This record gives sequence, structure tokens and C-alpha cells, in this order.
Amino acid sequence: MRTQPPALPRFYWTCVRERKCCAVTILTQVLNGLQLGSIYALVALGYTMVYGIILLLNFAHGDIIMVGAYISWIVMSQLGLNPVLAIVLSIVGCAGLGVLIDKVAYQPLREAPRMSLLITAIGVSYFLENGAQLVFGADAKVVPEYFDLPSMSVGGVSLSANAIITIVVTAISTIVLTILVQKTKLGKAMRAVSEDMGAARLMGINVNNTISFTFAVGSVLAGIGAVLYSMAYSQATPTMGIMLGTKAFVAAVLGGIGSIPGAVIGGLLVGFAEVFVSAIGLSVWQDAVVFLLLIIVLVVRPTGILGRPMTEKV
Amino acid sequence: MNTNISRRNFVKAGAVAGMGLGLAACGGNSGSSDGSSSDTIKIGLMGPYTGDVAQYGLACRYGAELYVKQVNSNGGINGKQIELDTQDEKGDATEAVNVYNKLVEDGVVGIIGDVTSTPTIAVAQASVKDNMPCVTPSATAADVISYGKNYFRACITDPYQGKLMADFAADQGYKTVGVIYNQGGDYEQGVADAFIEEAGKKGVTVSDSEGYPSGATDFNSQLTNIIATNPDAIFSPNYYQDDGKIVTQARKLGYTGVFMGADGWSNIVGGDEEYASAEDLEGCYYDCSFVSENEDEKVQDFIKAYKDEYNDTPSNFCALGYDAAMILLNAIETVEKDGKATYGSDDYKQAIVDAVASGTANGVTGDISYSGTGDPVKSTLIITFKGGAQEVFKTVEGK
Repeated sequence: MRTQPPALPRFYWTCVRERKCCAVTILTQVLNGLQLGSIYALVALGYTMVYGIILLLNFAHGDIIMVGAYISWIVMSQLGLNPVLAIVLSIVGCAGLGVLIDKVAYQPLREAPRMSLLITAIGVSYFLENGAQLVFGADAKVVPEYFDLPSMSVGGVSLSANAIITIVVTAISTIVLTILVQKTKLGKAMRAVSEDMGAARLMGINVNNTISFTFAVGSVLAGIGAVLYSMAYSQATPTMGIMLGTKAFVAAVLGGIGSIPGAVIGGLLVGFAEVFVSAIGLSVWQDAVVFLLLIIVLVVRPTGILGRPMTEKV
Repeated sequence: MNTNISRRNFVKAGAVAGMGLGLAACGGNSGSSDGSSSDTIKIGLMGPYTGDVAQYGLACRYGAELYVKQVNSNGGINGKQIELDTQDEKGDATEAVNVYNKLVEDGVVGIIGDVTSTPTIAVAQASVKDNMPCVTPSATAADVISYGKNYFRACITDPYQGKLMADFAADQGYKTVGVIYNQGGDYEQGVADAFIEEAGKKGVTVSDSEGYPSGATDFNSQLTNIIATNPDAIFSPNYYQDDGKIVTQARKLGYTGVFMGADGWSNIVGGDEEYASAEDLEGCYYDCSFVSENEDEKVQDFIKAYKDEYNDTPSNFCALGYDAAMILLNAIETVEKDGKATYGSDDYKQAIVDAVASGTANGVTGDISYSGTGDPVKSTLIITFKGGAQEVFKTVEGK
């Protein structure tokens, strides 16, 4: 047997010397990166929405996705109902949960220092994780396939239907969200609240309702994320939201937190970085590389790629 | 919430204290009866029965207790009943050594245990000076059997499984095999390393070997690399939750070949959840020592007896506990029949150690014997999937 050269030389070995790195493999890896990046982008959009309005890092966001995945599991696997109903209930359930969390945990703290809110968010996150473990147990639950879609093969590249759906849904969500924020009255209210909460209130905007609406929108994105995640990885565990949430948070900060296109760019960057690192045989380093990317961006451009430069008061 | 928990803890503490008193009382009683006669044979049974790894300890214990009960109801050994001295080590190495010393004081002539690797290593080190015959049902770490000749195990080791599956791949005529494994796990790494080494010796080319970090959910990029090398089979020696995702994702990437795994696959189907679809698993293989679908008569008898006793289906650990008890009691029977050594003497213990080393046990996890070390020479099952059900593909004799 030929001895395996170490990782980076191995990349060179298989790709350049043995010419195994054909176009098909590269294209498939690009598609893998797009799929993973789209999921991160969608979750990062949820972070960015909430942060943009009340400057709260909603650490429970990843765990809302976890609840969404469990809802799909209950509806399809336990109750044996229609997958479409599972998708609808996951999204509605996540939206409801997001609003409920805002009403119960965050609304009483609107006037409190931001640190209290942040700590409450961490508390909510732990509550959801441990609650899920208590109710569902620590073992992974298998979310059945929503639709039995075959993989297509185009010129030797195997295009999984799930990957394409994920990419398309994320693109549509981004466009809808941009229109919602930029072109509608509610969007205008959201932007006003984010500029100056007190002034917005004086102008007759119902601040609490606007914030709740933002949470609902953010959590709908989490619900869609839950469905896409379950489609791609098919398992729900109580702790699945932690790493997903952290990576998406990194994506949001990378792109410039508060910025919608920034979140998408950040998500895709993180997705591609992970796939690239794994593809060259360094997969053990994939998490480290993502966080290294974050450190570099924070040092070079603290507001992120598309973030507005601002004076920070924390 | 708070008051509830503290009340529950209080009750638990009370129960533990009560049990402690009960055990102490038992110890006292048996101590006094010991001196008067040796119409019983006393052996120790230890493992974690509370704490994080209690599930494994309890499973081994139930299996071992079932075997001892069966022997006793058949008249015991040489007319003597077997008395179990059962001690909880809570999954802790220090506690395990304390428990071991307690068992020595109680005068046991052999021990079934310990269960998990780290405490077992501590007990193995402590047991050398007493030359105490010990059989661990389930500790797979290489070190366990390296301290003295008195320690044996009933289970096969991680490298053994890797080697076995590489030989199987060669037998199946696979020319190239890809490997994907969790680089953050001792078990996965141990099996994969041994597989790759043996595959090289058998002329099976490992076309690509890809690792992934613990907790990963996306295996697409590693699988894309492996599939690009067009292997005859992919070896995935991980735990079933990861294996399920790996198989499913590989099928979506268009891979239609065979998957092979190790005993971490044991719960991939047949439990509460199906971690991969019947269609995706069709014709895949993994090795293990115990599966309830095994139609072998002694296995089915064991499963029935276990169900009658505990109203539950036995796991792999229950079966290993049962076999560990069988190995030790078979050896004691040999020594008792021989009748040369006095019960409880150093010669008696040495005779048991020799009898384990040279004896055999037709266990429910395979036919077990030893060849000079504490590692068993043991037959292993290759399991395959047909229409969503598992079945035994073949039995590989131990070597």
C-alpha cells in the first residue's frame, strides 16, 4: 500500500499528481458548500433581524430551530400526519415560540441594561435544551424525509434535490425579507425602532408590537431553517442548536450583524470554509477555521464585511 | 422546582443510606458464616450501578446474575451454591479500587468486573498483588490485560474488529475501500487504524481515508472525496447515529456501493428509531458478538430466560455479563472437580487463573477461549441487512 502523505500534501497528491480532482468533484463540493452555507445564512438572518432592532443577541435562536425539528418529528413520525402539515406546524410553532419567549423573557426587560437581556437569552437557551432532553431524551430522533425526491445526475454531478431546495428557499427568503424591511410599512416601523426606540414611540409606533413582530419573523426563519436542516441531516437532538447557532452567529458577525445581505454573505463564507477545509482532508480543523475567520474579521474590520461603522457604547 | 429536586435528592440519599446499612449488615452476616463452612463459593461482582455509566454496569450485572442464578438452580458447583458479593463503584477509578479491596476482605475467590475501561485499569493494577482471578465483561482498553496474568476479558477489542472487517473485505473481493471515521473518538480511531493496517497486508487498497470531528452532522464533503475515488465499499466504524447520517448522505450523493461497519452499528435499526432507511442499508455489513436476531439455540434460550427474569430484551452488555460469569464459573468448576487446592487459598486462585486460561466457554456472544493472553479467541458474527431486517451473514471463527 502506498503510504498516505499528510493532509495538505495529500491534497496536492490526489489533485495534481493523480489528477483525481476532476471537475465533477469540485462542482459537487461547491454544491455541498452552497447547501451548508444556505442553512447558516438562513439562521444568521434570524440573528441579524433581532439584533438589528433591539441589539439583542438572541442566543436561544439555535434552540428554536431544535424545537422546530422536534415538531416535524412529532407530526410525521409519532402522529403519522402529512409532511406538508409538518412543515407548516414547524414554522408556525417556531414563530409562536419566538413570540412567546419575547413576551415572557425579554419584554419585561425592555428598559433594563443590555447585559441583563443577554444573560436572559442564555438562560432561555439552556431552558430549551434541557427541557427537550427531559421530554424527548438524549438520543437522536430521526425526522423522516418530507418528500421522496430523487437525486438528479447532470454531467456526472449528482445534484441532490434537497441541496437545490435549500439554496432556492434561502434565496427566496432573503429577497422577501429585504422587501419586507425596505418597502413595507411594518418594515419602516422596524427600521424606526432600531434607529431610536423613544423617538419611534413618540411618532406613534407601537414599539412592543413591532419587536414581537420582529421576533416572529426571525423565528419563522428559524422554522424554515429547522425544516431545511432536518431535510439535510435527518436527526433531531436536544443539543443540535448549539453548534448550529454558534456558527450562524459567527456568520452574522462576519457579514456585519444587522445587515441582511451581510448575513447571507457570512453564512455562505462559513459554509464554504467548512467544506473547503474538509475537502482538503483537514476536517478536524473545520470548527477552528470558522472561528479563526471570525477573529481575523474582528481584528481587520470589527463591524464585519457589510457592517456600518459605528461607535460602540458597551 | 427547587424544593422538588431537593426533596427527591433527600429521598435518594435516604435510600442510598438505607442500602448502605443493608449491605453492611449483609457483609457482617456472611462474614460470620464464612468461617464455619465453605459450602458456598463467594465471587465478587462489581460495576457502576449509579452515575453516568450506570446503564452499562446494570446491564452487565443483570446478565451475570442471571447466569449465577441458573447455575445455582441446577445445584451449584460441586454441590456448593454460588454467593455473589455485589458492589457499586459508581464509574469512578478510586472508588473501584476501594470496592476491590472490600471484595478481597470479604474473601471472594474471583471477580466479574469491572465494566468501563478507566476503572478496570485501576482494578487490574491493584489485583496483580493478590493474583485475583478477574473477568471483565466489557472493558476494551488494551492496558486492562497487560498488568498480570490474572485479568481476562469477555469482549473483543477495537483493533480486533478493524482487523476482522479488513479480512472480511478481502474475502468479499473488494479491491478498493474508502474509510470515514470520527477522529475525536478512541473507539472509532482504534477500529479504523487497525482496519487500514490490515487492509494493506491483505492487498485491499484504501483509496481514501477521511476523518471528521466529534459532533459533526455534515459529512457531504468527506463523502464526496471518498466517492470520487470510486471504492467498492466504504468502511464507517462509528456509532450508529453518525453511521445513519453517513449512509443517508452518501446515498443522496449517488453512492450505490456497500457500507461496512463495526459493532457501533448495533442499534442502527430495530430500536425506537430507524437511523437509516431499509433501502439505504440493504446489503451492508457490520460485525458484532451479540444480536437478538441470531437464531442460534443458546442465544434464543438466553433471550427467553432474560425476558422471563427481567421482562426486557437483553443488550450486548447483558450478554457479555452473562458470558463473563460463565467464563469464571466454568474455571471454578474445573478447580472444584480437581479438588486439589483448598478453597480460598493462593493455590486455589492460581488454579482458577490457569483454568480460565486453558478453558473454554460456549457463550451467547460466541465460543470463547484464551491463547496465552487475557484477550479472548472468540467467534464473531457478521450481520447484514435484508429488507430492513438484520440477519446473521456468517460466523467468523476466532483466531
